[in-house]
Amino acid sequence: MKPNLNKTNLLACLALALPLCAAANPIQDSYRAPAKQENAAFKDFSVAAGQKFYNAKVGELACASCHTDSPLGTGKHVKTSKEILPLSPSVNPKRFSDAANVEKWFKRNCNDVLKRACTAQEKGDFMAYVLSVK
Amino acid sequence: MNFIKNSLLALLAVAALGAQAQGRYNGEDRGRPLQPAQVNAKWQQECAGCHLAFPPGLLPAASWRKTMSTLDKHFEVDASLTPQETTEITDFLVKNASNRWTAATAPLRITESEWFKTKHNSREIAPAVWKRASIKSPANCMACHSGADKGNFDEHSVKIPQ
Repeated sequence: MKPNLNKTNLLACLALALPLCAAANPIQDSYRAPAKQENAAFKDFSVAAGQKFYNAKVGELACASCHTDSPLGTGKHVKTSKEILPLSPSVNPKRFSDAANVEKWFKRNCNDVLKRACTAQEKGDFMAYVLSVK
Repeated sequence: MNFIKNSLLALLAVAALGAQAQGRYNGEDRGRPLQPAQVNAKWQQECAGCHLAFPPGLLPAASWRKTMSTLDKHFEVDASLTPQETTEITDFLVKNASNRWTAATAPLRITESEWFKTKHNSREIAPAVWKRASIKSPANCMACHSGADKGNFDEHSVKIPQ
């Protein structure tokens, strides 16, 4: 029964609502209200801004330092050499599926790279870029 | 022949007892077992997210308390957890910390403990070995101790990579 259900869902997505299925991520959506609060002129998250953010070096580090030049790549922790599985849900479906985990890593990595917390705009842009890469 | 053998054994036994009384490695000895048969899932998941989940018996309870209360600056990296996660993992580490550590010391780095330094002294392992790309750091236990993630550091299964 279960595989059938998945297949049906998938087919429905493909046939009717591919753009919606691909774009909607509840975790990214949860950053909209705070982004609006940060900036009343907020409209939407931007793939281009996210890509720039992903590659921007602040001092020694960028997101790309550990996560490689592409969210599809398997990365390596700069200090411990531990393997880091790809960020892109298109190759690693577990990514961006657990809100607490996403927040845990934004907190840690923003502190390490930017020496401050990320804004909701930055988190949403980052996700827009990572989710767009297939 | 037998007499010599027995005398030697007796001498060894006395020496061992003496060492025990002072505490081996100046009291900075790892515990036994290093890791309990039943491990905590959160400990495994969270620590192994970035590095080997170091067996609790490698350090004394005081070291783990310090480590777990400074996770936001964990060797220059933010490794912070929720308060619930911190409590659960601290409990596991403290409960299973070294039971043979008698010194009042509490290093944060496993590699700074006396037992580690003795076991990995420069006569046996030249400084250049640690710098090999296949090893990189003394914190990379798995490079030579392939059973480290299961708490197995048996000397006979050590393989130093080139």
